[in-house]
Amino acid sequence: MLEFAIDARRGSFHLKIECRLATEWTVIFGPSGAGKSSLLRLLAGLDRFHFSGHLSARVALDDSLLTNTTTRLWRRPGQRGTSMVAQQPSLFPHLTVAANVAYGLSRFASEKKALWVEEMLEFVGANDLANRRPRDLSGGEAQRVALARALAPKPRLLLLDEPFSALDGAASDALLARLIDWANEHQVQTVMATHDAADALATAAEVALLREGRLAALGSAAEFLAPERQRILDKLG
Amino acid sequence: MDWQALALTLKLATVTTVILLAVAAPLATWLVLGRSRWLALVEALTALPLVLPPTVLGFFLLVLLGPRTAFGRSLTTLLGHPLAFSFSGLVIGSVLYSLPFAVQPLVAGFSSVEPGLVDAARLLGASPYRLVTTLLLPLARRSLIAAAVLTFLHTMGEFGVVLMLGGDIPGATRTLSIVLYNQVENFDYAAANRTALLLLGMSTIALAAIYLGGRTRGGRRA
Repeated sequence: MLEFAIDARRGSFHLKIECRLATEWTVIFGPSGAGKSSLLRLLAGLDRFHFSGHLSARVALDDSLLTNTTTRLWRRPGQRGTSMVAQQPSLFPHLTVAANVAYGLSRFASEKKALWVEEMLEFVGANDLANRRPRDLSGGEAQRVALARALAPKPRLLLLDEPFSALDGAASDALLARLIDWANEHQVQTVMATHDAADALATAAEVALLREGRLAALGSAAEFLAPERQRILDKLG
Repeated sequence: MDWQALALTLKLATVTTVILLAVAAPLATWLVLGRSRWLALVEALTALPLVLPPTVLGFFLLVLLGPRTAFGRSLTTLLGHPLAFSFSGLVIGSVLYSLPFAVQPLVAGFSSVEPGLVDAARLLGASPYRLVTTLLLPLARRSLIAAAVLTFLHTMGEFGVVLMLGGDIPGATRTLSIVLYNQVENFDYAAANRTALLLLGMSTIALAAIYLGGRTRGGRRA
């Protein structure tokens, strides 16, 4: 279970949200600029000094407290059991795809590491890319690799910020379905930010509606995204 | 040609470069990624040798490391000899004097690394040491080379600090720039010409190699 209370201000932007996410999958749904990425980055432990105006945050995952600005607790990214995939894959350009995926596995023995990297690449459908460099990948391939790199350390909390924007619809749906199964199997709590209602509906997850930095609603996708669903159906005729 | 002075100059430049790269990499990382309130002050102090007359730095070090201060006396007792007018003293002076030439290219190189890559490495559990060795230095390797070459050349041509702190002791503190000064003072312009040309040639070749390397890789200069 992920619980957080965040009050962050920078310039005219104000993110104020208090929430308890009990389900395995949650979709943060909202328009661009609603604060989805800022929220995910704060949950990941990034941007501690980004909010020069004001930052008050408390983040707890299951029984462990990750952030509590009142007591100046701020577990560093990488020590929170949290992985994140952003819209920009940010693959390390000087490393091969396999080395990118292995980057977070420094504690693994080399044989186990190689096998696990292979398995992760196969999971995202990128096992033939292992020896390629990021500059030789398409946008969709890079996003697959970035997902494999984030999953490899088996995080407790997975944060996805529009992670499949460069994949075509069918490939995105297939990968999302596999990812949901994987997260359920490994009991990884997942929070996915998107402004695409189809993605939100596809996961059949709990949806947190975010508008102008505030939580507008929290509930089932079918309930809160009915207007969006109707809009998509109308488009299809 | 004073081969002893040439060897000493090369040794001083090499030792200074090795020490400075080891110091400059973590310092540059802190300046780029750190959030301390002291950053501006440390950055200013790091850049100070660029504008400070070398003789001023040499003078302060001479006083600090000499018998006039408790620190200098303690060091002399600890080492068994004074640091002023010794090769070790010259190394300390050179490290301080060439500090900006090592730090500033690295700061520029590290700053050009995409922040998303740093975030990704931190999320994957990279320690500050691992962040520097596996991400920042490999991605800013041209800046590292530039820092090494500039530090080496700057130390090679150092005069004010060397003269104030080291004097002119053959085999211990007499570097090529001191030799050049002596040759001019003795009106031995032919020898001075050779020494000056040697320093000029080495600097030109090394700098040309940096810029040529930048052009053949098709990137911007560090």
